[in-house]
Amino acid sequence: MNGAPLLSVEGLVKRFAGFVALSEIRLAVAPGERLGLIGPNGSGKTTLINCVSGLLRPEQGAILYDGRAITRMPAFERTRLGIARSFQIPRPFRSMSVLENLMVPLDYVAHRGQLRDTGAQDEAMALLAQMGLAEKAQAFAGSLTQVDLRKLELARALAARPKLLISDEAMAGLSGAEIEEVLALLWRLNETGITVIMIEHIMSAVMRFSQRVICLDAGKIIAEGTPTQMVENPEVRRAYLGA
Amino acid sequence: MTRAGAKFWVGAAAVMLLALAATAILKNEYWFYAGFVVLQFVVLATAWNILGGYAGYVNFGTSAFVGAGTYAAIVAIKALAAPLGVQILLAAGIAGLLGFATGLLTLRLRGIFFSIATVAVAIVLETFIVNWRFVGGSTGIQILRPVDTGLFGSYTKMLFLVMVGLSVAAAAIARTLEISWIGRGLRAVRDNEEAAESCGVPTLRLKLIACTISGALMGAAGAPMAVYQSYIEPASAFSLNYSILALAMPIVGGTAHWSGPVLGALLFGTLQQVVSATISSELNRLVIGVMLIVFVVGAPAGIVGLWRKWAAKRAGAGSP
Amino acid sequence: MIQAGTDTGGDALSFELLLDAIVLGMLVGCFYAAVSIGLSISFGLLDVPQVAHPAMLLLGSYGTYLLGRWGLDPLLAGVILMPIFFLFGMALYRGFHEIFEKRGEATGIGSLAFFFGVALIIEVGLIMVFGVDQRAVEAPYIGSSITVGDIPLPIRMVVAFVVALLFTGGLILYLAKTFTGRAIRAVAQDEGALKLMGVDPVKIKQWAFGIATATTALAGALLIVITPVDPNYYRLYIGRTFCVVVLAGPGSMGGTLIAGLILGISESIVLTMFGASWAQAVSFGLLLVVLGLRPQGLFGR
Repeated sequence: MNGAPLLSVEGLVKRFAGFVALSEIRLAVAPGERLGLIGPNGSGKTTLINCVSGLLRPEQGAILYDGRAITRMPAFERTRLGIARSFQIPRPFRSMSVLENLMVPLDYVAHRGQLRDTGAQDEAMALLAQMGLAEKAQAFAGSLTQVDLRKLELARALAARPKLLISDEAMAGLSGAEIEEVLALLWRLNETGITVIMIEHIMSAVMRFSQRVICLDAGKIIAEGTPTQMVENPEVRRAYLGA
Repeated sequence: MTRAGAKFWVGAAAVMLLALAATAILKNEYWFYAGFVVLQFVVLATAWNILGGYAGYVNFGTSAFVGAGTYAAIVAIKALAAPLGVQILLAAGIAGLLGFATGLLTLRLRGIFFSIATVAVAIVLETFIVNWRFVGGSTGIQILRPVDTGLFGSYTKMLFLVMVGLSVAAAAIARTLEISWIGRGLRAVRDNEEAAESCGVPTLRLKLIACTISGALMGAAGAPMAVYQSYIEPASAFSLNYSILALAMPIVGGTAHWSGPVLGALLFGTLQQVVSATISSELNRLVIGVMLIVFVVGAPAGIVGLWRKWAAKRAGAGSP
Repeated sequence: MIQAGTDTGGDALSFELLLDAIVLGMLVGCFYAAVSIGLSISFGLLDVPQVAHPAMLLLGSYGTYLLGRWGLDPLLAGVILMPIFFLFGMALYRGFHEIFEKRGEATGIGSLAFFFGVALIIEVGLIMVFGVDQRAVEAPYIGSSITVGDIPLPIRMVVAFVVALLFTGGLILYLAKTFTGRAIRAVAQDEGALKLMGVDPVKIKQWAFGIATATTALAGALLIVITPVDPNYYRLYIGRTFCVVVLAGPGSMGGTLIAGLILGISESIVLTMFGASWAQAVSFGLLLVVLGLRPQGLFGR
């Protein structure tokens, strides 16, 4: 890897009531990289990104972003620094319209401190159009279908204008065509310089998208490499593909 | 200013003028005596809703903040012989600080811990007052009203107008918060706190702001009680009624819009004044409990929500 | 309060007085664990904001009082009430589930207001039926004392202590050893795993909530054995029950017993040293301290 990493995780340990969810995780993500994160259910993928995004505090280890330690920084400040994430189980703001859902990160990140609505609405509409949600802008988020909720998750993460986007199973439950759509979108974002970490169970998608893949099992990194190397790795096959 | 904003302020000015006119025209002191109580609940319900309705953190201990306000006023009178304005400011400051401290202690935790903590604060505070001789302990304290009746003919009328002012101020503060970025952030907190945090919302800071403002307004509403009742004892200053009604009024009125708690308080408060002579206070509380359940189950958006639904339906039926 | 007031003025506190306080505190503490164990299940394990638990407790006391007027022994009355309370608890949970959990609002202001409303209706209903006067029950073990060593112990306290200990211990064993008990503890951690085992999490929660409610029948009987009750006890027991559950750490059943003892002894000592006007604040004060310093409790997950 050349140059300084955008994100580096050093010796991360997270325990829940004695149960070790992450043990000594060490990884680095380069600016502009597309990283895939795979592993069976309960292997610690979501715990890891909860630590990175700030919703959980690790017991040991350090997280560095853009050269500064963010291990103890509250989640909202990390978002303001450019780390945005989508949730595995969509967490919309149910009492708000789809448009207003996007206005939250726009208010608190990109357009923070501005008294007047200078183009935040337009920016939100543009994002919704990009995700194919434009007609539903005024609908209540609570009334959306699962597919639309996943799109909203991603749109809301993008509204925070991330430098590092973490997508937690954004494609679960989507149809083949919709998966292609989301992949194409993430690709376009990556081309504009946004670093993407993709957690995904849909192998074809994550293997096609990622430049590098990391496989977690029982809280440990058991393999790391290019998608082709991963498919051939016996450890990965045993832990993940069940072979 | 937006059109809605202009409408609000014109309405607020009209309310204050109307109240002023009433003090000039109506002779019977009873109206102002009763009106004061109803308006006190407008302030309390509005204050409760800033935290409960917007951010989704239920305060079971409104009485703690009202009582803190009342006793802050008593201390201001006894120690400093301070005028009413200073009493109110001091009460708001103390109760705001209490709100901030309670929030700092528990707002990191899940909502129910905050709720239980507010009950605890109410009891602990009452216990301290009961054991504090300077403010009369458990037997209470006599507060002499100033002889000077002021500009408005009688002291009761003056207190009524003060409460009108506090009500308008409370509604204005709630409305300003509601339509600002703070209001949107608080709604995000209520809907999903972790998602809000991930969207860049400083959730703890916003909750603390809401908790402090809410507490300060409750304290301000409690301050005039010292001179209004002229005899204060801990049991009445920390009355459970405050806690029950401040919670029930916004939920029945509607928690999403500032007008919900105002409506709920006017409705419930007036009803209380009318029926308290005819039915027992127990039956009264029973009705509140039943209404509370009926609304959270059947109409979670309250009267304002029902009204909006009805208006939308009528608009829908009217168009071809 | 439960104990007779003691002279607090003047002389230095004697060692015997303190020892009395500690022993009585231990007896009361076990009783506190018994009144809180149901809340430890409903709130601690199931995450239901059951603020009506202390009101159910009073309902148990008054139910015992009613049956007592027919000459029934209070403890027997408590046991007889348990199945009724169990069914009521199941119905209450079903309602809560249909209205709130299904909408994904299990912890919102609606659900809190709902249980608050239930508590209010129970409390006011009790006032309207029985009035605000204190009510007591009669039994051979109420009123007399025995002396152990130099310490006089009211027999009612000893009876309550023994019943509370057996009752709480039995429940802890049930939750730890039986299949249903383990499923109840698992439902708090991972609903998905239960589904894989072919267990319906909603049914388990409903069963558990039924048990949690049933405990208030016997615990309520113990309450009225220890002391005459009036409807205002509701507020006091919000403090005591939540203090015990939070101090133990939500979900820790064994911790409930220890937390009950800590509260009982602290209250008893404060009562002896500072008098009754401070004692009611002990549970709430302790609760605030725990929330501020160690919100996961002593034995929290």
